This record gives sequence, C-alpha cells and structure tokens, in this order.
Amino acid sequence: MGVIQRIKKPTTRKGKKVLLSREPKAIEGPKQCIFLQARNPSERARKVLKDIYDLKKPDAAYLSRKNDFVPFEDATLIEKLCYKKEASLFGVSSHSKKRPHNIILGRTFNYGILDMIELGADNFKAMSEFHNMKVLAGIKPCLLFNGPAWDLNQELKRLKSLLTDFFHREKVESVRLQGLEHVISFTATDEGTIYLRSYRIHLKKSGQRTPRIELEEIGPSIDFKLRRTKLASADLYKEACRIPKEVKPITKKNLSTDAFGTKLGRIHIGKQDINRLQTRKMKGLKKTPEEKKQMLLKKKQAKKEAKKGNSIKA
Amino acid sequence: MDIVNEILEKEQKKAEKYKPITVEKHLELEFDIGTLLASDTNDLDIKSLKSDSQRDSYLNTLARDNTQLLLNKIWELPTERIDEAIVVKLPQPKTVLPRSKPVPKPKPLTKWQEFAKAKGITKNKKDKVKWDEQLQKWVPLYGFRKAVAEKEKQWLIEVPQHLDPMVDMFEKKAMEKSEKVAKNELQRLKNIARAKKVNIPRVGLPVTSDKANAAQLSTAAIVAKASTASLGKFQDKLPKEKEARGKGVHELIPGKDRKRKAPIPTPQAEKQNNLNLIDKILNKRPKIDMEKAVSKHIHEEQIQRSEEKKTMKPLKGKRKTKGGNATNFSAKKPKAGKGQRNPNKKNPGRKRR
Repeated sequence: MGVIQRIKKPTTRKGKKVLLSREPKAIEGPKQCIFLQARNPSERARKVLKDIYDLKKPDAAYLSRKNDFVPFEDATLIEKLCYKKEASLFGVSSHSKKRPHNIILGRTFNYGILDMIELGADNFKAMSEFHNMKVLAGIKPCLLFNGPAWDLNQELKRLKSLLTDFFHREKVESVRLQGLEHVISFTATDEGTIYLRSYRIHLKKSGQRTPRIELEEIGPSIDFKLRRTKLASADLYKEACRIPKEVKPITKKNLSTDAFGTKLGRIHIGKQDINRLQTRKMKGLKKTPEEKKQMLLKKKQAKKEAKKGNSIKA
Repeated sequence: MDIVNEILEKEQKKAEKYKPITVEKHLELEFDIGTLLASDTNDLDIKSLKSDSQRDSYLNTLARDNTQLLLNKIWELPTERIDEAIVVKLPQPKTVLPRSKPVPKPKPLTKWQEFAKAKGITKNKKDKVKWDEQLQKWVPLYGFRKAVAEKEKQWLIEVPQHLDPMVDMFEKKAMEKSEKVAKNELQRLKNIARAKKVNIPRVGLPVTSDKANAAQLSTAAIVAKASTASLGKFQDKLPKEKEARGKGVHELIPGKDRKRKAPIPTPQAEKQNNLNLIDKILNKRPKIDMEKAVSKHIHEEQIQRSEEKKTMKPLKGKRKTKGGNATNFSAKKPKAGKGQRNPNKKNPGRKRR
C-alpha cells in the first residue's frame, strides 16, 4: 500500500512525520544500504562485506545476525528489511561448496528487488592489512572503470551502474579540490574478473596549476568473479530511471545571444481586434433604448438560425 | 638573446625537476565529472594482469594515469573560494541512476477542492487566535486550550422555548459535534475511494439529528418502495403520490438508470446500425465446442473397443511368450562386457547396484 493514500490516519504527530518522510520525493537523498549475512558466510566473505561497509559507512547499516535464506531463491527477507530500514541498496555474504566466498550486491526500487549480482571473492586483502593512513569517512570518491568489457557485456554494464550507485555517495553541486582523496578503480577483463582496488591520492607539485597525482593503495583489494545475475527487465529499469519533471532542466524557447553577449528574445503577439477597440465615449454616439432592443432581437434571431442550421446538419 | 636562452634553460630545468602531468592514451577516456567518474575503454595488458607479481603494479599505474586525466579535467573547471578552501563547481552528472522510489504523483484533489477550483474559491487564512469580548482574553480558534475556553464561556446554555425543558443541552451539543466529526470522516473516506476509483455501496439516507422533514420522509418512502426484488414495479401507489425530487434523490432510488439516453442517431448512422444487426443475424454460424467434440469422439471409441473385447474369444493353442517381461524375476542379472570384447575399450564391469 502506498504511503500517500493510506486509509487509516496516523494517530500521533511523530508518526505522521515518519510517514511523510517515507513518501516518495522528487529529489532523493543518498541511498541507504544494508549489509546482511546469509547462510554460513565464510571468514573472507564476511570481511569483504565489512570492508565494503567501511567504504560506505555513514549511509549504511551492518546487520550482524545470520539469516537462513538464499537471495536468488527468495528475496522477501531483503525486501522486508529494506522497507524497515528505508534502504535501497543491499549486500549479502554467504558461502557454500558450490559458490565459495559469495557476495551479492543489489538494489531495490519501490521496496522490490531491481538488480542483484553475485560476485565471488577470489583474492582478498583487507583494509586492515595495509598499514597506512586511510581516507576520511564519508568522502566522495573518484571512480574509475577500466577495460573495454564494461561497455560490451550487458551484465557488466548493469554492474557498472550498480557499483556507481554503491560508491558515488550523493549528487553534489561543488567539491573541495583538496578533498579529492580517494579513488576506487574497477578493472574488468573479458573473462568476467573484476579487480577492485582503492587508493589514496597524493597531490604533488608539478610546476603548473594542475598537480601531479601519485597513488597509494589503502585497501581493500578484491578480485571478484562474476557469477549469477538477476537484472531488472527493461521497462522496470526505465521506470526506475525516470527523471521527475521538477528536476528536468527547462529549455527556454526563443532566446538567443548575439556575438556581443546581448540576450535577445523573440515575442509573439496575437493580432489585435480593431473592431472591438474602446474609443472615446461620447454622448452623441450612445445608443438609444430602441436601438438597443433591436440589437438584442437581432442577436436572438441570429442565434436561433444558427441552432436550426446545426440541427439540420446533424 | 643570451637572456632569452638563459630563461628557456631555466624553465627546462624546472620542468625536469617535476614529473609530467600528461598521459598518453590510445583512445580518449569518457568522463562524467558530475559523478567524478571516468571510464577507460582502452585494451588492457592481459599478460601483466595474469601474472601475480605484476598485476598490482600494473593496476596501480593504470589507476594513476586515469586519475591524473580525471583530475586534470576537474582542475580546468572554474574555481571559487569559500572559507579558505578552493571549491570547484561540478556540472550536472551524466549517468542516470535508478531512483529508490517512484516519481511522486500529484495528490488527487478532494471533491471540495475540485469544486473550489472550478468556482475560483480561494482559502483565506484565519488568525490562530481571536479576541473574546466575553472572556476578555485571546482564545485559540482550534487546538490547545480551545476546549477549556469554550467550557469557560459556555458554562450555561439556555433551553429554547420550543424544546422540552428536560433536554440536556450540553449532551445535545456534544452529539451534534460528534456527528459533524463522523460526517467529515465519511467524506474523507469517500474522497479516498474516489481517488482510487473504487465503487462504494450507497450509504442510504443521511442520518438526521433532529426530526426528519417532509422532503426527507418522502424520499425515504420512495426508496423503501423501490427496494424490492422487482425494483418496486408491483408496489401500489397512493392517490396523488408525488415522486420525491431534489438533488441526489435520483441516485438513491435503486433501479433508476443513471445514464443519459444516447442521442438520436442520424439517418445514416441508424441505417448502418440496422444493417450491422441484420448482418450479424444472417452470418450466424453454429459454434463448435472443440473440447466437447473431442471428448465425445474418444468416449465413442472407448465404448466400441470394450464391446469388441467382450465379443472376441481368446485364441486357442497359443502360449504366452516367455522372457522379456519386466516382472520375470527368474532371468539372471545382466552382465556387461560379456558379449563382444574390445581390448581397446575399457569395460566398466558389471553394473553394481
């Protein structure tokens, strides 16, 4: 049931506020994320998820309880928890003989699963194994997608969008130049291996305005293997990607600037009706009551005739 | 000229001191500065990616080069100074990411809002408090402390002349208030039903707090008369009985068609309608229910077969064939690889069960 037109009214002011905050908005804030553990997650799978959680931190919640479920078979638990926590991104860790060190990343739309992609963590070096200074929490990272495979493969294309959704944090208007500290690079090969690396940026002098970049790996470093996927159908994805009217930039018509930078606008004015123009009122031009009566009669007759004509036509 | 050369040399030395900020790429990267994203579609060096020792260093240099290109682009943007920090204004992001909830729809108007819009009625805001002459203080229009002020003001209510003197005016007032609240709730629900396009059952005649008037009574009588299975067709009429009229009465009476009659068709349209009707009748063909026909056929066949079985006598002198029967347990277990031997082929042996 939608939140807008619920039949029962909220009883408390606070409850009303909560419901209002859950209503869909034209401009949405950063997406919240939940991290879960499925059946018997391995040590490595858990650590991978924890590191992703650390990267995502202010907008994420780590639910440490184990859940006996398989997301690809029954995702109702995820939908329920996403509704409860107001989250639209999720990560699940699990482990089995068939699919060792399994990580499932996904997102929801309107509290229903949109995309789900399963990745196997082959090699993993945790953030804590790199003994150096990390970046500030909640900083907006730069994202790099290397390799031609990202654009060729449909699944990888969607995964690129999902990873961007996971790590881009929030749409911002402006960014502090010194605050560009963090780079996450995703390199995909044709065999479906994805190398995730994360670096800290050092801005070095270059003798020019633009600095020379040096990178220092801060972890995590994960080699993912692409496994099963469950992608949204084209029309659902399109529906989810719709841009509201308020946000769409309005194109102003009939405006131009000339070579000197002067703004020019073209205006269209309808034809003026001269017959109805009110000229100066004079006593001599006023109609007598008899004339007025005749005018009225004429009008009535004209109307009647028009009606008759219409009925005949029909 | 010496000075120029000197300066040029100096510049070169300076440049040598620093590492370059330019990166050469076969294909140019695609940037989305709004999301701080760069995608590199150049082919990867598979050899160094495969070897464990070179992989990390290769990925590092690749990331460095691409980051350099991305930051070069960002540094080109116009900067601003806010609180001793240099800030860059980012353009609109190009990548469209899915939303977490659907685009909000405009709220459906209530019946009153629709009416007010059509009539051009605008809401004029009232003050939240009003000066009360009797109490000599500011009294809120609604909400907190309104009820207390009301109690203070109306500690006594006069019973009007035409009413029973034993009637409790306070109780009556409370009743009226509760009915107003109930009516409002009903209207709210009706508005929701209208917005969701749900058909709601008729609620019947409105409840009146006081005695019903003549119009209401006649409406009730008409509705009651029409509320039979035959929609009041066989109900007797009173002499000089009048049909109840008024706004909304027609909708209350069951069986009254609420649709307007279709307008009289033009001669051409009427002709076409009639021709269509005749065509429909003349072109009628018997419908064949395939399923029924098939099942009928099968049934007939079955009956025929069963009759054949009954009439046919079993053949004499022919014994039942031995072996090859699934239920014949006397046969030995099948052994694999006993028949044709092929030394090149490995025999798996007897099938073990």
